Amino acid sequence: MAINGNTLATLKRGQKAIIRAIDAADPQVQRLMVLGLVEGTEVEHASSAIGGDPIEFRLFGCGISLRQEHARRFKVAPVAVGD
Amino acid sequence: MTKSSEIRIPANEITVAKRSDASIVVVGNPNSGKSTLFNRLTGLKQRIGNYPGVTVERHIGFLKTADSTTELVDLPGTHSLSAHSLEEHIAVDVIFGRMEGTKPPDGILAVLDATNLYQGLFLVQQLTELELPTVVALTMTDAAEKSGIQVDTAELSALLGVPVYPVVATTGAGLDLLRSAIAGIRDLTPPRRIRVWPELIEAAARLAQDSSEPLRFAELERLLIDGPTESNKGIVSKLSDTARAQLPGVREELFESEPPIARDARIRYTWVRTVLDKVQKKAPVFVSWRTRVTGFFNKPVPGTLGLFVVMAIVFQAVFAWATPLMDAIDASASVLGAAVFERLGDTAFSSLIADGVIAGVGSVVIFLPQILILFLFIILLEDSGYLARAAYLMDRAMRSVGLSGQSIIPMISSFACAVPGIMATRVIPNRRDRIATIMAAPFMTCSARLPVYALLIAAFVPATKVGFMNLQGLVLLGLYLFGIVMGVLTALLMRKTTLRGPKPPFALMLPEFRRPNLQTVMIQLLGRAKVFLKRAGTVIFAVAVVVWALAYFPRSDGVNPDLDSNTAAAVQMEQSWLGRAGKVVEPVFEPLGWDWRVSSAVIAGFPAREVVIAVLGTVYAVGDEADEGTLSGRLKAATRPDGSPVFTLPMVVGLLIFYACCLQCAATLAIIRRETNTWRWPVFAWAYMTVIGYVGALLAFQIGSA
Repeated sequence: MAINGNTLATLKRGQKAIIRAIDAADPQVQRLMVLGLVEGTEVEHASSAIGGDPIEFRLFGCGISLRQEHARRFKVAPVAVGD
Repeated sequence: MTKSSEIRIPANEITVAKRSDASIVVVGNPNSGKSTLFNRLTGLKQRIGNYPGVTVERHIGFLKTADSTTELVDLPGTHSLSAHSLEEHIAVDVIFGRMEGTKPPDGILAVLDATNLYQGLFLVQQLTELELPTVVALTMTDAAEKSGIQVDTAELSALLGVPVYPVVATTGAGLDLLRSAIAGIRDLTPPRRIRVWPELIEAAARLAQDSSEPLRFAELERLLIDGPTESNKGIVSKLSDTARAQLPGVREELFESEPPIARDARIRYTWVRTVLDKVQKKAPVFVSWRTRVTGFFNKPVPGTLGLFVVMAIVFQAVFAWATPLMDAIDASASVLGAAVFERLGDTAFSSLIADGVIAGVGSVVIFLPQILILFLFIILLEDSGYLARAAYLMDRAMRSVGLSGQSIIPMISSFACAVPGIMATRVIPNRRDRIATIMAAPFMTCSARLPVYALLIAAFVPATKVGFMNLQGLVLLGLYLFGIVMGVLTALLMRKTTLRGPKPPFALMLPEFRRPNLQTVMIQLLGRAKVFLKRAGTVIFAVAVVVWALAYFPRSDGVNPDLDSNTAAAVQMEQSWLGRAGKVVEPVFEPLGWDWRVSSAVIAGFPAREVVIAVLGTVYAVGDEADEGTLSGRLKAATRPDGSPVFTLPMVVGLLIFYACCLQCAATLAIIRRETNTWRWPVFAWAYMTVIGYVGALLAFQIGSA
């Protein structure tokens, strides 16, 4: 499954988005799904380390750190500012 | 339901029949406040052991009420019943009752963090499928309320079908109700199955159809999701032949082309979101100090700078605060030893007590200040949630040398002492990463190398100015950098060869900062100290006594009584097993420019590198050199029989390289054995580092003298 457009890796700091599709072939991505990164979940880009990798996302109050390579597997629909 | 036939003891008879056999497991997400709650419920009296064959600790405690005693097993944190890491495998095996040496649980205490219901409910829902009496403890309700989350416990309890008890483990609020619920857990009916995923329930029912024995739904469910893995062998063997043949087809129908874990996660989290909508009410959030602190450290640059400050404080504390305590331990050992000689006279027995036993115990206890201080910091950082953030911030830099962010704390700690550093590698979940870090850690310049460096540098490196720095300081700095480079190269080499493997997953939970609980910190700290004293201490002590014997025996009868005590000691050293060994191995070390005296000092230093100074002090306390007051003066004056100096610059450089590389530390070897659970790694580390040290010293001496 090729994923184009917005992904978790393209979000900016403070931006919120809803996960729409996941390329789950990689077991490490499946692990992230077990941690709650599944379709329909709203996530927020909270911070990143120097160089933009890894990235910290917040979902339902908990923080998860993802590497760029994994963040790219999650296609998202950004939530409009002000929501 | 299989348990319905169980004989129930009427409530009024419970007080008469003293029951002490219920054993329940404490299950929850990592960081859910599980251990704090466990400590609160069971108190300081815990049994800490290991699960068979692994280094995962098993914590067992007892909850005593007026009429019963319940055994509580604190399991490693897990996110799902589909195990991912070693810790999760152990937790899941104990829950399913297939862990060797641990009885199947009679009930479950599920720990649910009110500030992270999302991940918590994902696990608790799976636990309700185990057909075991279950009680949910809703922890951190105070923190949840502060951040604007209110949980409707009655509604939550109704949706889960199990009693939910809100508690605040740090203050003890709500604990009494929870205690009595746990004491009576056997009288609870196991929860009804929640129809989260009807197709999965139907598929499990199809597999169970013609089986001759009752099959547990939860195990069938894991078989469907994870497939016929090693853990699921038991349930596969219980299936009927038809069901076994059907399994691949049933799985394909259920998951289609999607990875089973992915579909399972999606369906369960969809259910979790509907539950959250019903039980969680958001109140207006006011900005707490935690949010402000987190916000500041979330920015990449302040976050990284903050990390360096924290590391500097930890390093300084371990290095500086421990020194007076270590000096005091050292001094008391000497005073005690001297007192023994005074009381008992100069006999073999008093020497055994003073130089063997007391010095041996001293060489164990001397590590305690560093271990306690370092672990106090590590436990505080871990419990406050900062350790995960440090790993996250350093991940990229550490990845470039083949490790991950979690290796940073063990590596930095090893500058003080590799023993606590290696103990700290437990925070690294990936085995390959962990062993690579353990192999790199002993190269970091520890505080025991420092006195040897200081002695040799002071004696042989001129204190000339190089720019704004002193040459001696520059050489010391160079030795520190040399250690770092060697450690990093070792880690890289190992990750590319014996420890090659897939890149470790880096899905790190980043908890909110919270205040650590004092009781939990103290219990963990005492646990670490006990583990060190018991497992490493015995080895260190034994080695110290052996070295004493090697230096003490055989006694020379012919030592001239007219000799002063310094010379007598040196003569004894020369004809002891140690001195003889030095002479035997002299040809081996001859190409490095060492005479037998340096060789025997180095041999004596293999169990503990700092010993080399004491031995050099003894062997060079004889002859012309003895006129020089200080040890460095004596070393400078030391000559070979032909009159040429022993300590030439190339020889000293070689000796420094040898010290920078060699694993001359029985404590480190013992702790590597303990942490890797095999002698293979300590033996390998020792041989590898000794060969590098020898070759380095050889090159330095031969090239320098040419």
